[in-house]
Amino acid sequence: MRAAANAVTFDSLGFGYRAGTWVLRNYSASIAKGRIFAILGPNGRGKTTLLQLLLKALTPREGAIAIEGTPAFVPQLFTVSFPYRVLDMVLMGRARQIGLFSLPSPRDHEAAWNALERLGLADLAERNFDELSGGQRQLVIFARALASGADVLILDEPTSALDMKNQATVLKWIHDLSRNLGLTVIFSTHHPHHAHAVADDALLMLGEREYSCGPVRETLTEENLQRLYEVPLRRVSFEHRGESVSTFVPVYEGLESR
Amino acid sequence: MNATTISSLPKPLDGQRRTPIRADLFILLLFVALVALAVVSLGIGRYPVPIARIIEIVSSTGLNATHPYTDKEWVVIEIVRLPRILGVVLCGIGLALAGAAMQGVFRNPLVGPEIAGVSAGASFGGVLAIMLGLPLAAMVGTAFGVGLLALAIAFLLAKVTNRASMLALILAGVIVGGFFSSLTGLAQYVADPQTQLPAIVYWLLGSFAGMTYPKVAILAAVTLVCGVLLMLMRWRINLLSLGEADARALGVNVDVLRWGIIALVALIVAAQVSVSGGVGFVGLVVPHLARMIVGPEHARLLPASALLGGIYLLAMDDIARSVTAQEIPIGLLTSMVGMPVFAYLFWKMQGKGWNRE
Repeated sequence: MRAAANAVTFDSLGFGYRAGTWVLRNYSASIAKGRIFAILGPNGRGKTTLLQLLLKALTPREGAIAIEGTPAFVPQLFTVSFPYRVLDMVLMGRARQIGLFSLPSPRDHEAAWNALERLGLADLAERNFDELSGGQRQLVIFARALASGADVLILDEPTSALDMKNQATVLKWIHDLSRNLGLTVIFSTHHPHHAHAVADDALLMLGEREYSCGPVRETLTEENLQRLYEVPLRRVSFEHRGESVSTFVPVYEGLESR
Repeated sequence: MNATTISSLPKPLDGQRRTPIRADLFILLLFVALVALAVVSLGIGRYPVPIARIIEIVSSTGLNATHPYTDKEWVVIEIVRLPRILGVVLCGIGLALAGAAMQGVFRNPLVGPEIAGVSAGASFGGVLAIMLGLPLAAMVGTAFGVGLLALAIAFLLAKVTNRASMLALILAGVIVGGFFSSLTGLAQYVADPQTQLPAIVYWLLGSFAGMTYPKVAILAAVTLVCGVLLMLMRWRINLLSLGEADARALGVNVDVLRWGIIALVALIVAAQVSVSGGVGFVGLVVPHLARMIVGPEHARLLPASALLGGIYLLAMDDIARSVTAQEIPIGLLTSMVGMPVFAYLFWKMQGKGWNRE
């Protein structure tokens, strides 16, 4: 049972960086509006490439991508060349609304402040971006995406550089922005349990032409994850939102003698 | 994970609240200081003129060329000092603006406006004109033309490499700059040591001594047009400083904006070198001083940097022409003052682990 409208559709998508080689091929999926979509795959399989294709920073070699609405990108944790204030960072999300020869207008300031307040960052507005913790920086970039007025958020491993508390905060906001503001959220991750926690659907990049896509409970199976990461897994079950949920943690082999 | 805490939707805010007033105030202060220093500078020199008389001359006769040349004070103010001061201020503003823009575009506070090889090209153009014995106007034109040629070669070199990346342009600038510097050296080697060489050397050291109204007109036309365009686009430099991928994802046409800004900067630098020779370190040092006061945000940084550049170069020129009996070439002064500041910044950045990527 899906909402009728799709925010993102890609059809028989194929891309490679060099002639004759492919990163991915024949990938098709659709992401319904307001849903949270997780992309999982081992290092080098092409998660970031897929995100770049969705952002139209790369052009597909085959197939097509359709995005309904404006996307905004939240890159992996990054450092800035100049220590801009948080408010100035968030204002940069308004680049599409601010003309070539213009400065941010009161409306742009309002959008930036609204985004900061929405994520509880208003108190940090005057602080320098490089003084913030990793978790705070990530949220500021969230606020920047929110201020841009986008309806599709594309996040590249939003939790990978964060500690557990900040991971939880980021996941909480992903859930909040999707459920309460109706944003479509697409994120890549190395943590199957993060996909379990917030995502509605998941795409597992099993190989160049092979993927599994669908509701999280159907795609994130022991068999699929074992194939995806090529490590033995152990099932862990826990209670979540009143249901029993299973996820998997790796079994580290060759460490028995310790 | 718990059900999400839903913060109540924020009420509409006054958009401009908490925008720092300090930067605006500081920029206004700089403007007042620049005008005041310009008026004071008109009175400084071998033939001092009191401020009341300066204001009287400038306000009453203006640029009236029919004024009798027997009026010594009028000649000193209107013919000698006013064009010089206008030229110095325009160069200072242009170089500092160009430097601040380049540091943003290259995401690197250690680059100056000279980076694309324009300075070296324009210098060679000027030297060539001196050797050929061309008149002043032609010399300005040659310096400007060769400066632009250097830029075009650097652009072309950068473009034929795989990607028109910033690193490619820096390397191309080094190559082109090196080539034109060696041509300048060759010119000095073959120049007549009795007549041409002193003129070449003096010009290369940089000076505003020979400033005339026609030169000011060229400088003003280029600096004002390019400067105004840079000022209009100044907020966008913030976006470029985030890096290519991020800027693109924010919806910025990175290539057009970046190359447009670099071309504007190169035009300003070529105009400056063609009228006053080599004046180094202004575009490197002044943006740093401005950044310390108004912060790195380019909408505030560029105006502050421009005005500070005018003040800095005017103060240097006042020192150059009044401290000793024989005028000191201003290029030497700016480099001597600029070097320690540059070294200090370099040292501080090493300690801070300054990160580019």
